[in-house]
Amino acid sequence: MAAQVAQTPPVSTPVTISTRVDQVGMRPLIASWVRGIIAVLIAIVMLIPVIWMGMTAFKPLPDAVSVPPTVFFTPTLEGFVSLFTQRRQLSAEEWEAMKQRTDLSWAEQVMLPRQQTIIGESQFGRQLLNSVIIAGSSTILSVIFAVLSAYAFSRFRVPGKDDLLFFILSQRMLPAVVVTVPIFLMYRQLGLYDTPLGMILLYTSFNLSFAVWLLMGFIDEIPREYEDAALVDGYTRLQAFRKIVLPQAVTGIAATTVFSFIFSWNEYAFALLLTSDNARTAPPSIPLILGTGGIEWSTIAAGSMAFLIPVVIVTFALRRHLLRGVTFGAIRKG
Amino acid sequence: MATINLRQVEKKFGSSYAVKPLDLTIKDGEFVTLLGPSGCGKTTTLRMISGLEAVTSGQILFDGQEVTWNHPSQRNIAFVFQFFALYGHLTVRENIAFPLQAEGASRDEIKRRVLEVAQMLRIEHMLDKRPGSLSGGDQQRVALARALVRRPAAFLMDEPLGALDAEFREGMRAEIKRLHISQNATTVYVTHDQVEAMAMSDRIVVMSNAEVQQADTPTEIYHNPANLFTANFIGSPGMNLIAGEYRDGQVQVPGGAIPVDDGWRQVLANGLDGDGKVIVGFRPEAAEVQPTGALAGSVYASDLHGGYSMLHVEIAPAQIIHARVERRVSFAIGDNLRLGIQPDMVRFFHPRTEKAFAKEERRS
Repeated sequence: MAAQVAQTPPVSTPVTISTRVDQVGMRPLIASWVRGIIAVLIAIVMLIPVIWMGMTAFKPLPDAVSVPPTVFFTPTLEGFVSLFTQRRQLSAEEWEAMKQRTDLSWAEQVMLPRQQTIIGESQFGRQLLNSVIIAGSSTILSVIFAVLSAYAFSRFRVPGKDDLLFFILSQRMLPAVVVTVPIFLMYRQLGLYDTPLGMILLYTSFNLSFAVWLLMGFIDEIPREYEDAALVDGYTRLQAFRKIVLPQAVTGIAATTVFSFIFSWNEYAFALLLTSDNARTAPPSIPLILGTGGIEWSTIAAGSMAFLIPVVIVTFALRRHLLRGVTFGAIRKG
Repeated sequence: MATINLRQVEKKFGSSYAVKPLDLTIKDGEFVTLLGPSGCGKTTTLRMISGLEAVTSGQILFDGQEVTWNHPSQRNIAFVFQFFALYGHLTVRENIAFPLQAEGASRDEIKRRVLEVAQMLRIEHMLDKRPGSLSGGDQQRVALARALVRRPAAFLMDEPLGALDAEFREGMRAEIKRLHISQNATTVYVTHDQVEAMAMSDRIVVMSNAEVQQADTPTEIYHNPANLFTANFIGSPGMNLIAGEYRDGQVQVPGGAIPVDDGWRQVLANGLDGDGKVIVGFRPEAAEVQPTGALAGSVYASDLHGGYSMLHVEIAPAQIIHARVERRVSFAIGDNLRLGIQPDMVRFFHPRTEKAFAKEERRS
């Protein structure tokens, strides 16, 4: 037996060398818990106004204005319905008659407790749509232009590069008030006053300065070696840009998109001055809800809620890309 | 595989040279290393060969065909970068397939060739991972696979081991050398690490100050450096260089006199300026501790290098030469000793031109 064993060659196993790993103690765990709790507390404090606004949007008018403010109430859609409709106050007899009717529409029923009837659609729906079109288009345009120019600034020898970049940035240095009047006069001459196109161009040019700088930072961080590798691998520069640079810059593009969208969406002063009926956006419209008679807090809150939702959607849709480092790859820094 | 010809290739940035006019022929299947300190123009040279950097003037030929102004993608080369340049948003498989997709290869063809090259580099089990999750060595294997998969005419490697941890470096060095031999691939390799250059190259091109200092086999570069730069740069520590005066068949140096071989006497007599000033050079392993050695000095320091000890011997104030001695002999700091120099390993340099003298019978 022993002789047989000796004849089989020894099985070769690679030599493994153990490395000592110190255990992670409880302390860092507790620290991360504490950090988490603090973050949640801060988030709650920050969110209270938003939550309050959301509650007000669903309050009936008496609850919305009561002092002290109510926390528990029967939710109603009065605010939202009055946001999108024009209404007429009913006399006592008319009101009684309305209460007896069974063919009332859903919206009319909602408004009944207020002694109001609906006589038409308000402008707000259209204004919200204007906001979506103008903010959306200007965001897309400014991100496209900004990616291209940021790439050029980052990768090529552009004559007068520093001056150009400063010039682009300087677009942001003037207070808006200074340029409103010239722009107003210019727009009237050009027929851009109160047109969606005019607003899109305006917001695009505003966003561009900031977007170029932001994206240039991101593109500068993508090592040139990536593109060099693609070039020697048989791709043209444009293909390398599309296949390598764009996917790597997605974090920056997402961030720029969100910032640009929020700016265009929230912009108030120019929208107030440069639009009237045709291209009016939501921000200058909401204060007009204040309207006649008592302040319609629940309607205003409903308007603000409706106004908030698209931003939430855009930010939420891009949240994964906003987390930095998700897509950062395998270039080792020495 | 291809022969690469550089003819008077130069690169200027503004008015300063990144690479002075350079002539170099890299033969088919040869492994040529561009070696030099950082900023010497070696990477620029490599990038000009690849087409990533435009030449200021000169010609680049692949197999006799002029490619000077061809786009990198038209040169059929593969480039391995120091920091790998793997695409983080693609899997290992997609990374390796990337050059094949540019060629428009069929799906089956891509699959087959990716697997083939992955097996060769033993990375087939990690094809579906992202490069970010791999170790440095494995990332470099993926980068090599991406270079190999296209069967290029030449491999260009820019410090491919520079970003690796020491433990992977030696293994990868052997792997790259084996790949070179098995593929018989024309390879141009850039490094600042002379050990790498010595170990891997068929020929080393030593560069400094945007110029080629010497282009020769590792043995020639080590034993017969063409000038003071190469003598000092190659070897760790570099060649011992002592300024002296040639008189009566020997060179007077601080600490003694080094006898000159018969073969050299005529060369020195002809080549030196009238004052007889000359620089003597010899490698640390050419010096031995001998009671009757030519050079006297005292021990300044002594380092144990595992297999041997390096003695630092002070032959004159602030002038230290290195001698490689057996590890079992030990000296205390301040000990006086004498060093004998093996005569056939002594080289001579002209102090003004900094060039080495060559014996008549040796090739020039």
